Amino acid sequence: MTTPAASPMIGARRLHVGDTAFRISLHIAGAIVVIVLLSILAIMFIGGKLAFDTFGLGFIWGSEWNPVTQIYGALPAITGTLVTALLALLIAWPIGFGIAFFLTETCPSKLRGPLGVAIELLAAVPSIVYGMWGFFVLAPFMSEHVQPWLTATFLWIPPVGDSFFWFTAPPIGVGMLTASLILAIMILPFIAATTRDVLQSTPQLLKDGAYAMGATRWEALTGVVIPAVRGSLFGAVFLGLGRALGETMAVVFVIGNAIRMPDSLMAPSATIASVVANSFPEAEPGTLDLAVLLGLGFILFVVSFSVLAIARLLLRQERMS
Amino acid sequence: MKQLSPATRARYFRRQLVDRLMGGLCMLAAGIGLALLGLILWMLFSKGLGGLSLSVFTNSMAQPGAGGGLANAIVGSIIQVGLGAMIGAPLGMMVGVYLSEVGKESKFASVVRFVNDILLSAPSVLIGLFVYQIAVEPFGGFSGFAGAISLALIAMPIVARTTEDILRLVPQAYRDGAVALGSRENEVVRKVVLPAAFGGILTGVLLAVARIAGETAPLLFTSLGNTNWSTDMTQPMASLPIAIYRYAGSAYDEWVSLAWTGAMLITVGVLLLNILSRFSHAAVAGKTGG
Repeated sequence: MTTPAASPMIGARRLHVGDTAFRISLHIAGAIVVIVLLSILAIMFIGGKLAFDTFGLGFIWGSEWNPVTQIYGALPAITGTLVTALLALLIAWPIGFGIAFFLTETCPSKLRGPLGVAIELLAAVPSIVYGMWGFFVLAPFMSEHVQPWLTATFLWIPPVGDSFFWFTAPPIGVGMLTASLILAIMILPFIAATTRDVLQSTPQLLKDGAYAMGATRWEALTGVVIPAVRGSLFGAVFLGLGRALGETMAVVFVIGNAIRMPDSLMAPSATIASVVANSFPEAEPGTLDLAVLLGLGFILFVVSFSVLAIARLLLRQERMS
Repeated sequence: MKQLSPATRARYFRRQLVDRLMGGLCMLAAGIGLALLGLILWMLFSKGLGGLSLSVFTNSMAQPGAGGGLANAIVGSIIQVGLGAMIGAPLGMMVGVYLSEVGKESKFASVVRFVNDILLSAPSVLIGLFVYQIAVEPFGGFSGFAGAISLALIAMPIVARTTEDILRLVPQAYRDGAVALGSRENEVVRKVVLPAAFGGILTGVLLAVARIAGETAPLLFTSLGNTNWSTDMTQPMASLPIAIYRYAGSAYDEWVSLAWTGAMLITVGVLLLNILSRFSHAAVAGKTGG
């Protein structure tokens, strides 16, 4: 049986020096992107190997962090990272979704443009500005007004064992809750913008169908639009989570930088990124101290890579269908 | 119209109520977003304008009471951001052209696209650590070059993404027309596709510059910061975000005030770049009728 050959015309097209060089250089550029990502992974792993060798799995599960005795366990930093990021998501997602729904459905068309720009400008403000704002404005406000109220109001929640007291803590302003709020403000515009794009990508025909059946706007959203784009909506959430996990400068200012297991939601804590930024000046090359930071970087890389990968897969899935 | 039964009326009323309530809550959410932007800008200006004077731009950082400014930090930022964009933007453009014009839906292109999207939101602190390991430690010290490289790595995926997106908007007929006239592949891209998308690509570059101008974390690990005037790229170099970071955490009111002024300057610069990028985008959209 003979297979049909490719059209001879295509095969006959002469290769041209300019085109070949053009193609090769573009392929190299594409390869650089992949190489950069793989090198980051490799460099973090090689640099952090000493930490993994010294502590084994205890590096991830160990809850003690003591530079004096050279014992490093990353659990406090991992806990701080996950708690602040998830709390930030919990705060930012409903608001971000609300903004997206307002922008796509109920907003007067004259307001739509300016409001969209405002949200995107909020996303462009550098993270160090959020950090300063959090430190000088939000933290004092939290300490004077919000935290005492939270402590008094939620006193009835029983503590987890005798180590975690929810909202019972000295009102010092900085800590996980304040960091979560700042993170929430930072990821809010990302979630809003991505969710808006997702909602806008819903075929108008689907919505028209729902309206023709007499659905209200809210019913059309919950009954038709959300089921149609559920995957992408989760993608937007994961994208926000990925941002929150790796944010450094905004967190450094308001987290309190205490590397120990938190005993309340308002306790000073630390995230992987804040530990790396804070401890780096004291870490000499070639020492265990630096290896620990690179090991932490490796953990953060793996976690945020996974979250971002899930986000992209969920967002792409819809784009294809 | 026939009379509706009380039960139907009640249900209709409830559905309307839920719709209004949820719509109201969503409007409230948008209000919160606007209020936050307003609050942050207002705070920046009220605290930053007070410290604004000519000496901020003419004097380098100095001890408290010596009338120091931010001149070295501003110049350091411009040098590092400029060089970072000069390395990162062309690379990003090439990646974007590859994805849109050559790789398209091939396997390798899909991998590159996926990885680029991940780099786009990768934690910048990791970029800093990475560049420290490859460009600071082996070469014997912190340098402006290392800072520029870390910024280039952040700018590259942004430019790549916007370039690909904008090239995909260039009508296929442009390419077909060029090929029909006997253009080679590289001529199609260089002389037809890229010029048609110029404004959009410029938008991407401006957005990337805006993003790296405010980056602090990677510079902590690469150019470190410098309190003296220095334009030597092989030495530690000052930058506005690092100066803000150091001064904001200091105990001197004068330094804290300078930090606010610096934060205001950088935010105004970044927001202006963003708005400017919108104009370049709109200008092109108008020209190609799209």
